[in-house]
Amino acid sequence: MTIGVIKVARPRKMSFGESLYLLEIVKGLGVTIGHFLHNIAHNKDIPTIEYPEVRRTMPPRFRGCHRLMKRPEGSPRCVACFMCATACPADCITIVAGESTDPTIEKYPVRFDIDMLRCVFCGQCVEACPCDAIRMDTGWYTPPDDTREKLIFTIDRLLEK
Amino acid sequence: MSPLFDITVTVARLAVFFAFVFGLVVIMTWVERKGAAYIQDRRGPNRARILGLTLGGVFHPLADALKFLFKEDFIPDGAHRLFYQLAPMFALAPAILTMAVVPFGPPVTIAGKQVALHIADLNVGILYLFAISGMGVYGIVLAGWSSNSKYPLLGALRSSAQMISYEVSMGLSVVGVLMVFQSVQLSEIARGQGELLFGILPKWGIFVQPLGFILFITALYAEANRTPFDLPEGESELVAGYHTEYASFKFSMFMMAEYIHMVVGAAVLATLFFGGWQFPYLGNSGFAFPGGISVAVPAWAVLLLRIGSFVGKTIFFCWLYVWVRWTIPRFRYDQVMRLGWKVMLPLALLNIFVTGLVLLLIDRGGF
Repeated sequence: MTIGVIKVARPRKMSFGESLYLLEIVKGLGVTIGHFLHNIAHNKDIPTIEYPEVRRTMPPRFRGCHRLMKRPEGSPRCVACFMCATACPADCITIVAGESTDPTIEKYPVRFDIDMLRCVFCGQCVEACPCDAIRMDTGWYTPPDDTREKLIFTIDRLLEK
Repeated sequence: MSPLFDITVTVARLAVFFAFVFGLVVIMTWVERKGAAYIQDRRGPNRARILGLTLGGVFHPLADALKFLFKEDFIPDGAHRLFYQLAPMFALAPAILTMAVVPFGPPVTIAGKQVALHIADLNVGILYLFAISGMGVYGIVLAGWSSNSKYPLLGALRSSAQMISYEVSMGLSVVGVLMVFQSVQLSEIARGQGELLFGILPKWGIFVQPLGFILFITALYAEANRTPFDLPEGESELVAGYHTEYASFKFSMFMMAEYIHMVVGAAVLATLFFGGWQFPYLGNSGFAFPGGISVAVPAWAVLLLRIGSFVGKTIFFCWLYVWVRWTIPRFRYDQVMRLGWKVMLPLALLNIFVTGLVLLLIDRGGF
């Protein structure tokens, strides 16, 4: 007795009618013309999304492009604490801190760049942020662009969404 | 009549035929993509637009042609420059030549002179067709060999083996039709199909030669390198087969040759097995249905109906190529060869034998 031998079901032998192919081909043609006519008659049923004009609506927890939140008076909520940059496994956040003129706030970001080409969309920066300044809830995946420079999102771009 | 008349007629016929075949080729490329998309529940080409109109993507062939014209004409390193450049011509020229013998309609009398709706009514019609379409293999073999690349070479080898094997059964499958209509001239065959069989059925090739029809259409698909026999360009294993290394207009010449083969093949199929320009029950002066009812139809309408019937049949068989392509998967190579030599060839011989026997019995029986 051999060990570990598994009996695999062999494909069923074709009947004579099937081995002639012709009838089966005609049946297949029936199926395809059914799809063809259905799709002509019910054009709206085709599940294709016409991408650049129409976008799929993403579920609310989808991690898309980042945005920076603002305070009620319009300044960025970010205090340049470097928590997100530290948490980032892809090392794609560059922050340059500056001293804030507001005595109640210590620092503010002079530069806040996210290199979208390096970002892995893990959401660690959102988790790390102590003041809910960065979110990934825009529902947008990175739009394509033609140069690398354009895909480094600066603070102005991150704030406008 | 003056020679000027003859020249005018010839040029006009050439122009009409070219317009018909190339027009159909252009439309076919669109139908292929759009039909594929709809069969697979997709939308297909719908982006190219003129004046804001897309019209379901019908401008895509135009965009393709422009793209082909403006792409770089590339010759790979190590290619045999002469044969590399000749190959597309060798592929395209026979394809265009084959359409010369297909009759579009009955002879027309213009200004007291009979004008055949052919480019050339050769008395060796079918033989010419096979001889010329067989030369299409040279284009493929040359392309595959001169590209100096392994995939095109494999594709060309496959293609030549396949086309030569199926040419045998294709030629033999037609012999039955030739025996029944007692001519190799396509116009004679088309005329012969105007009679009635047992007083009910039109005497079309498909009714007198059903097996011959199945064999012929199968061999035709193999000759035209269409699915399920599109081994020469099996993209999953050979990238694109014999035209892998071709770009720009040379590539489009191969594509055109392939589509012209399809269109001419469809026209020949209609002529041999579906009565060519014959419209069922339509005589020279009107409809004569079995049962004694007859409807008079003016002569110009008869002519239009007949040409329309030919065009309609051709378009239907062109669509059938697309329809079959997106229905059946590709055969494996050894299956193609086995089908060609072990199934098609004996069946074709059997078909000839049975046809001969039946014809002999009819002859002896004096039907």
